[in-house]
Amino acid sequence: MTGATPRRDWLLHLAVIALLFGVQFVLPAYHYSNVSKIMVMASFAIGYNILIGYTGLLSLGHAMFFAAGLYGAGLTVHHLGFDPLSGFLAGLLAALCLSVAIGLVALRTAGVSFMIVTLMFAQAGYLLTLYFGEFTRGDEGFVLKENLLRVVVGDTGFNLIDPAARYNLALLLFTVCLLGSLVLVRSAVGRVLIAVRENEQRTAMLGYNAFLYKLLALVISGTMSGAAGATYALLFTYVGATFAAIQYSILPLLWVLLGGAGTTLGPLLGTLLMFYLVDVSSGQTSSYMLLVGAALIILVLWAPKGILGTLREKRIPWLP
Amino acid sequence: MSFGPHLLLALLEGTVTAFVLALTALGLSLVFGVMRIVNVAHGEFFMLGAVLAWAFSSLVPGMPALGFLLALVGSALVVGTVAIAADRLILRRLNYAPEATIVATIGLLYIIQQVVLTVYGPNAHPVVPPINFRVVFPWFGYSGYKLVVIGASAALLGATWYTLTRTRLGLIMRATQFDRETAQSFGIPVDRVYSAVFALGAMLAAVAGVLIVPIQQAHYLMGLDPLLLSFIVVILGGLGNLRGTVMAAFVIGLSDGVISVFFSATLAKIIATLFVALVLVVRREGLFGEKAR
Repeated sequence: MTGATPRRDWLLHLAVIALLFGVQFVLPAYHYSNVSKIMVMASFAIGYNILIGYTGLLSLGHAMFFAAGLYGAGLTVHHLGFDPLSGFLAGLLAALCLSVAIGLVALRTAGVSFMIVTLMFAQAGYLLTLYFGEFTRGDEGFVLKENLLRVVVGDTGFNLIDPAARYNLALLLFTVCLLGSLVLVRSAVGRVLIAVRENEQRTAMLGYNAFLYKLLALVISGTMSGAAGATYALLFTYVGATFAAIQYSILPLLWVLLGGAGTTLGPLLGTLLMFYLVDVSSGQTSSYMLLVGAALIILVLWAPKGILGTLREKRIPWLP
Repeated sequence: MSFGPHLLLALLEGTVTAFVLALTALGLSLVFGVMRIVNVAHGEFFMLGAVLAWAFSSLVPGMPALGFLLALVGSALVVGTVAIAADRLILRRLNYAPEATIVATIGLLYIIQQVVLTVYGPNAHPVVPPINFRVVFPWFGYSGYKLVVIGASAALLGATWYTLTRTRLGLIMRATQFDRETAQSFGIPVDRVYSAVFALGAMLAAVAGVLIVPIQQAHYLMGLDPLLLSFIVVILGGLGNLRGTVMAAFVIGLSDGVISVFFSATLAKIIATLFVALVLVVRREGLFGEKAR
């Protein structure tokens, strides 16, 4: 680790961001919209990865954080007439508060219990969105009106659902999340998180408060997922209970495992591959769940480190 | 209807829920107790039992009682076979590592759902109850079949308890649970015990599915609710503690019945989930669990 210059991984990450910025000028309309969506979902996966990949906590309930951001932004813009930026901040705040509260309770458990508890909290969250169907319109969801999503900057303005604005704002979110995760895992705090992942008792014995570090990781992870949720609501205008359902807790797990848990670029790679795998296969069959299920089983059986994790082990040891 | 009869109805509904839940959760708890793994696909075994019950009973139209018996045996055997295959092909290769097993059983969950969706379609399938009589109370009539469900579940719970505590098979299972390596060195085929326990757990869920299907139609997405309720029950009862699991099933089943009748089913589930959170804060080992050694 120490031998590698830190500049090399920064260059790699900036190159990936530059590439994503560059391809917008050549992508056809269909893929343009897809990549915007992928970048938002990859941000969700990056948040998830901080917990599973770098802290070793497997959550089965991250849909609740995504949904907290989604509804935090969606409901305030839709019902209270917040402008998009305030809506985004409301979503962020909702996810932040939720992750602190969930962390304080769920982190009292460890291992298998932690997974079950997060799964159940997420289910309670999903049921809450159905219970308050008067505001959330439950499974059906609601669509944010176009005129609510206008952002005025000085004399000019733009609309969030304008494809170019959407793409570049998604890229902005992704950039912040990706570089944020790189800074985090390269920092002293990040190293303590990895130590907790490797051996929690020994870390505690060395004088670190493992609970606080785990809480911190959960809060960063949950808030980042919430930011992705809020962005999704504002850029893609649809807010529905599907995003709070168990499926959206499993998908980030799949994306991260596919790309490589504990690698900063893994979430993007996993999301991108899985998105297009489902996209291509849905042309042939409707068995998208079969694909997800088979991918999960194949990954745990034969490639538990994912693509970038395996690559790091075999070829590129400096990959963060 | 005044409050008294309303409460009686709620308690009856709650008792039915409690017995079926006890059966399902017992399967999950047994698997966790012996194998130390959490089977996220457990609810899908329940669903598979229910859907197969519909498939088997529609083989003999017009004879609901025969169809029901056929479903009971057939579904249990098919689901048991699926479980053994899953154990041999997937879980054993993972060496039952807790996290990998959870991810793999999530995969299994999706695969079972998709296969059922593809084969039996997205519609809910009704099944005719094997018997048709109503118990008439002064205030309302009550489906006699639901009493059959209670009886059958109680019998199965008793049989499971008997098997575990009074038979050689149960002794072998408990020995494996207590100390896997020592059991192996005493010549117990631990691999086969694991397969058997996994199959038994799945079959308990499948039978619960068969029992419930004349009340609640068979549908490919019906597995999630029993899974989550089982989780709630298993945590409250203390992971792997079978007696605690059954007791917790009654607490949750009855309160679910009462809250569902007086308020809403969604609210009942939200409350149950938050109750678990509270229990975890106060007593990490669960409501009926013993402190970890």
